[in-house]
Amino acid sequence: MPKPFDKLTATAAPIMRSNIDTDVIIRIERLVGNGIRGTLGKWAFGSLRYLPDGSENPDFILNREPYRDAEILVTGPNFGCGSSREGAVWSLQERGIRAIIGSGFGDIFFANCFQNGILPVVVGKAVVDQLAADIEATQGAGKVSIDLEAQTIVSPSGARHSFEIDPRRREGLLKGLDEVALTLQRDDEIHAFQASDRTARPWIHSTRISA
Amino acid sequence: MPGRSLLEKIWDQHVIARLSEDTDLLHIDRHLLHDLGGSRGLLDLKSRGLKVHNPELTFATPDHALSTAPGRAGTSKIGQELLAALRIETAASGITLFDVDQPGQGIVHVIGPELGLSLPGATIVCGDSHTCTHGGLGALAFGIGSSELTHVLATQALIQRRPKTLRARFEGELPLGVTAKDMILALIGQIGAAGGTGYAVEYAGSAIRALPIEGRLTICNLSIELGAKMGMVAPDEKTFEFLRGRPYAPQGEMWDRAVKAWRELPSDPDAVFDREVVIDVEKIIPQVTWGISPEHVVGVDGIIPDPKSVDDPARRAAIETALEYMGLQGGAPIAGTPIDWVFIGSCTNSRLSDLRAAAEVARGRKVAAGVRAWVVPGSENVKREAVAEGLDKIFIEAGFEWREPGCSMCLAANGEVVAPGQRSVSTSNRNFVGRQGPRARTHLASPASAAASAIAGAIADVRMMGRS
Repeated sequence: MPKPFDKLTATAAPIMRSNIDTDVIIRIERLVGNGIRGTLGKWAFGSLRYLPDGSENPDFILNREPYRDAEILVTGPNFGCGSSREGAVWSLQERGIRAIIGSGFGDIFFANCFQNGILPVVVGKAVVDQLAADIEATQGAGKVSIDLEAQTIVSPSGARHSFEIDPRRREGLLKGLDEVALTLQRDDEIHAFQASDRTARPWIHSTRISA
Repeated sequence: MPGRSLLEKIWDQHVIARLSEDTDLLHIDRHLLHDLGGSRGLLDLKSRGLKVHNPELTFATPDHALSTAPGRAGTSKIGQELLAALRIETAASGITLFDVDQPGQGIVHVIGPELGLSLPGATIVCGDSHTCTHGGLGALAFGIGSSELTHVLATQALIQRRPKTLRARFEGELPLGVTAKDMILALIGQIGAAGGTGYAVEYAGSAIRALPIEGRLTICNLSIELGAKMGMVAPDEKTFEFLRGRPYAPQGEMWDRAVKAWRELPSDPDAVFDREVVIDVEKIIPQVTWGISPEHVVGVDGIIPDPKSVDDPARRAAIETALEYMGLQGGAPIAGTPIDWVFIGSCTNSRLSDLRAAAEVARGRKVAAGVRAWVVPGSENVKREAVAEGLDKIFIEAGFEWREPGCSMCLAANGEVVAPGQRSVSTSNRNFVGRQGPRARTHLASPASAAASAIAGAIADVRMMGRS
């Protein structure tokens, strides 16, 4: 069950390269196995964060103070494109990330964020660029504030930006709702749908091999 | 009231409950599990004290973490554990498993259509982003994460926002040597890797109608590389002929009823799409990627972009980053770039028609010295059919390695990797940084182009090989 998200004031790290895919966020070999939860934080952004010899890449922003403690990412276009691996979100979460602000996200990554209590905020590219510039102007010392209830972001410069969000998803994050439990409350409706669909489309429901 | 699109018709038929203006609880008709996430989901469900809602609508096969070496030698310990867990948990839940070496095993997006599990008008999900592949049969198919996977196991339903609709019309007659893979790469090059984000894409037009089903599956497979998690083609006579007689396709009187219903699915002539793109396929030449996103693509006779000639600083920086990773010079021709590897396989291009196209180029020729070339059939059935046709012999005689079915080097989950710094021409779907192994360099292309490159030892234009 996701942790609720309401307000956050934290260090924010701009990672502005476009098309950062989920393979870059977490490599596949870190995700092979059923006991991976809790092991992923140190491997988030592995190919950017570490040099080929395994040492930290001093140029990567999350390896620099004060960004090392960032709980917010400000990202370039199409962040989280690529695979459906929820491990990408888990690795960011285990790394301490609680919100991501960008002009657009991969569709599946975006959905996976909500499932884990991470807030992805979509704002215009001009707002993203302004936020990144404001953060860099304070060398990361200036914090970014996000208020989900009010749907606002406050930049280190004090500039306030509002954002849109699907009301259902907003409520789910604010309350930390468990979608499985909510849908199971509708199990009678699911069974009723299946009963009538079995008549309308029997070929969907009768899956015994016909050979 | 305007007509409805293919997407809208399928969507409306699956609404169990309307949850808000644009969000519905949808029934899921087919849920496919694989070794990487399948047992994890089933164990997650068990830990919540829940049972699989409809095991008869759920099917499993190992593909991701399995060795594709002959005899399956070298599946990692963790891969073996995942396979064992998948066997135990599917058996305990009454889920059909297509196991190793059995007909039916294979890459999950190859076996769904092949077995007739994937049907027009069905909603199909899998914990894998390339689930959009099944849209080639006129299904509404999309990838889901682990949480949504557990949700589907528990409820046979999923909460989804209705996407916007994009129609991509491919018009004209496909030139010789140009394939479905080239069509979709060209579209990604045209509208970008985020061009389809938030949309369900319907592929239409004369060139789509003319494509065999396996080509349509390839087109839909790369929808996610456009940013669209759903891509689809309206079912037609070709679709029905493809499905007729497949093991899980309806039979007899039920087949007739199903086809009658499927004929109602294509978008109405007056359906309205949120966005429309038209592609003239007669201008498409074989495509090959040069960078680290599928949108970094050019015609094989083209030039690698030169960052010095790009004014926009963000775009210039992106090209520089990509060229540095790929070890390429901007402004140089892409053809002739020497390669170390060729990988023919993946859910994009590992079906029988793909192997035939590659074998046609490879027949009687030799893989260039210094190049390792793998052919990994998409499924056990594809493998057997290819062997029956003698395709394996053509590849082996030409110096290719003939492997067991699985995902293999597409995502390198099983230790099958391109070595650091080495360059591969791959028929797969992602040229991301490190996708085929740490610091591996991937060029995406069609099976025919990949085979031609293996022979040439460099990125090659298959149209110069004299057979296509």
